[in-house]
Amino acid sequence: MAITGIVLLGYIATHMLGNLKVYFGPEDINGYGEALRDLGGHLIPRTHLLWLLRIGLTVAFVLHIHAAYSLTLLNRRQRPVAYAARREYLIASYASRTMAWTGTIVLLFLVFHLADLTWGAEPAVSGDFERGEIYNNMIATFSRWPVSLLYIVANLALGLHVFHGVWSLFQSLGISNPRFNKWRRHLALGFTVVVIGGNLTFPLAVLSGILGESGFLA
Amino acid sequence: MKVTLKVWRQSGAEDPGRFETHKVDELSPDMSFLEMLDVLNDRISVAGGEPIEFESDCREGICGTCGLVINGQPHGPEERTATCQLHMRKFSDGDVITVEPWRAKAFSVIKDLIVDRSPFDSIIAAGGFISVPTGSASDANLIPVPKEAADAAMDAAACIGCGACVAACPNSAAQLFTAAKVAHLNLLPQGQPERYIRVTKMVDTMEQFFGSCTNHGECERACPKAISVDFIAMLNRDYISSKIKNRRLAGQQR
Ligand code: HEM
Ligand code: SF4
Ligand code: FES
Repeated sequence: MAITGIVLLGYIATHMLGNLKVYFGPEDINGYGEALRDLGGHLIPRTHLLWLLRIGLTVAFVLHIHAAYSLTLLNRRQRPVAYAARREYLIASYASRTMAWTGTIVLLFLVFHLADLTWGAEPAVSGDFERGEIYNNMIATFSRWPVSLLYIVANLALGLHVFHGVWSLFQSLGISNPRFNKWRRHLALGFTVVVIGGNLTFPLAVLSGILGESGFLA
Repeated sequence: MKVTLKVWRQSGAEDPGRFETHKVDELSPDMSFLEMLDVLNDRISVAGGEPIEFESDCREGICGTCGLVINGQPHGPEERTATCQLHMRKFSDGDVITVEPWRAKAFSVIKDLIVDRSPFDSIIAAGGFISVPTGSASDANLIPVPKEAADAAMDAAACIGCGACVAACPNSAAQLFTAAKVAHLNLLPQGQPERYIRVTKMVDTMEQFFGSCTNHGECERACPKAISVDFIAMLNRDYISSKIKNRRLAGQQR
């Protein structure tokens, strides 16, 4: 869980940072997408390295879900007779207790998201989708407010998921030291706020008109 | 003072069990929770009923025998205490109190509030010991132990094996218990020869019975000895090391 989780955390952080390029205008973000496909330059055939990364990411994702699924099933079977008194959780956070739900929301969102902005597939995609025109595609998709809302909700769910995940992985990998243990929670919160905060700006920027047809405030 | 108890009654493992309600009056707030149950049991016996079965031994928080889920909290509302150290003054006159046994698949109910905690014994039998030659006692302080290691090992050794960590865990995991039992030996020089074989065997045995830790952290709060989840991190580190260390090179046995 922890190892595959780190791969996925690395991905969402890079993805958010890469997407920030929309604020530098259409050429910048479209060029970034192009550069990703050109990864490896002249040494490696075009898109091969990108596909390698995509395969690695998919493998991590599948393993993560497989582990989560078996762990959840295993653990749900461990208390055949439930407590009658209402359990007041004193430490377990809302985030830690909803991992299976937030994880499922993110998975469903991901299917929608890929159809919307990568494959350009119905019914998710906006009418104006054009492969490679990342900037216009983003504006078109977020101009539909229900879609923006979906992105916002899904990212908040991802935030809860990641907040518990980042802290939890230190425990699972046995990275513990009284000197820095209190920073593990702060790090989890900081990572979540930066990555999710960054992601949330995109739909909000489009809806509010900060990101216009042809660029930042334009 | 008086309280109303909703107590779990179950005649044996096969019986589905049910709650029974008892009104208990003329109680002193200075009574312990278990003394309150003693009083109730006396009155039930006098009336010709069958007393409520529960476990206790030392009644001073050191043996780990007692353990009830009181209003949804293992060992009740008082922090860092076992059920036997809980007093009626923690409750208000007229309270309705729900009393249940530990709930976990691994801990089946023997009768009423008593559960079978023998899976803990299996974990201990798998590696919760050190091998030493018997014979005459060796000199004291023959093996130097760093003060920090001794302190940390002592913190882990405070575990009384009560099972509240399992009862509190949403996954019914036994990581805190196992971590405490592994750590108090693995931190000390005497525990080194069997360090990695110990952690492998104890964790593997634990997994045969219990759920798996997802780092909720409820156990630490329920634990009467406030055993820290830091020991769970230590357990995981030793477990990972046990898989990648070349034990022959490290001078470990088999
Ligand atoms: C508001 C937040 C987000 C925005 C604006 C956004 C935007 C985009 C865009 C424009 C693409 C297509 C890039 C291209 O055509 O080359 C893309 C691809 C992708 N996104 Fe997002 N995304 C967001 C959040 C997320 C989240 C939370 C996840 C993960 C859970 C995610 C996972 C992916 C994946 C896996 C791809 C495919 C990458 C590939 O083609 O190799 N995205 N995203
Ligand atoms: S770790 Fe704490 S709660 Fe768990 S068995 Fe030991 S003393 Fe009881
Ligand atoms: S009876 Fe010994 S710890 Fe409670």
